[in-house]
Amino acid sequence: MNGKKDDSFSSRLNAAERRNGMVVEEKTADQVALEGADKALSSLALRAGTEMLSALVVGVAIGWGLDRWLGTRALFLVLFALLGGGAGVLNVWRLVKPMDRT
Amino acid sequence: MAGGSSINVLEQFELHPILGGLGDALRLSQSPVYMVVAVCLVLAFLYLGMRPAAVVPGRLQAAAEVCYEFIHTMAVDTIGAEGAAFFPFVFTLFFFILAGNYIGLLPFSFTFTSHIAVTFALALMVFVLSVVVSLKSQGLRFFAHFMPDGASPFLAPLLIPIEILSFLSRPVSLSIRLFANMVAGHVMFDIFASFVIMLASFGVVGDVFAIGPIAINVALMALELLVGVLQAYVFAILTCIYLREAVAH
Repeated sequence: MNGKKDDSFSSRLNAAERRNGMVVEEKTADQVALEGADKALSSLALRAGTEMLSALVVGVAIGWGLDRWLGTRALFLVLFALLGGGAGVLNVWRLVKPMDRT
Repeated sequence: MAGGSSINVLEQFELHPILGGLGDALRLSQSPVYMVVAVCLVLAFLYLGMRPAAVVPGRLQAAAEVCYEFIHTMAVDTIGAEGAAFFPFVFTLFFFILAGNYIGLLPFSFTFTSHIAVTFALALMVFVLSVVVSLKSQGLRFFAHFMPDGASPFLAPLLIPIEILSFLSRPVSLSIRLFANMVAGHVMFDIFASFVIMLASFGVVGDVFAIGPIAINVALMALELLVGVLQAYVFAILTCIYLREAVAH
């Protein structure tokens, strides 16, 4: 009972502090960091492009390597380029999805 | 840059043997030399800063302590209680990259973080460490992360490769981000500097207009100072995030 009361008090205190702009650190460090790093839209766009490109690079590299190894010219390259593109979209989604839903 | 009429903006990233005959014999290029310089600078900063070990710190000691505290807070807040174990690694990474970025801004110097081989080696080190830590702390359950929760088993043949590729793309994106930012910044410096030289060939009018690119370069220098610390920070914080995922049970 007592603990519950304390909780409600602290939550009301938090709410009041937040209303008055006294709380600045309510997010975890990495969220703040990534938001800070991505404050500019151009920087976010650059990061999204990097994520997409890197997944595609990895996919193409694996596909090319498997083709070379197994002698199946272009089969794995096509397959892994598509999967790499999918992984790139997944990376971008992880980058831009709302933080509170993690 | 002034060699001939064409201006090659990528020339600045070429590696040459330096330090005369010794460098030739050892195939020693600018990149490792500036890495050693960066390491020495960071070590000297920490050693000289902390040597007084005063209770009330002087300026240099305060700076060293702020740097220490900053990375320590970041590591422990992000990774959790185990973060303290990885603090030296993150600290080293952050200051090595920061020193490399900043040394590169000095005239006539070389930016070793502008080479993908260097950034990829750093990113690969982070990646291998995070995989090893994952396997150590989670065992074989680590591989369960490649199947998203609540997904239909029928989609597994599609989802698992995508998740694996997404995981494998981490070191690549980590390295490309740092490398691309550094290359882009230095190419921009070079392009605007070449505008000055081109305008100078137009006589007095060109001389007046050349003030424009010089002013832009000054502004770019401020931007690059920001980018240098930001990219080092992003590299370090992403390392922390990957390690947090690795130690999470």
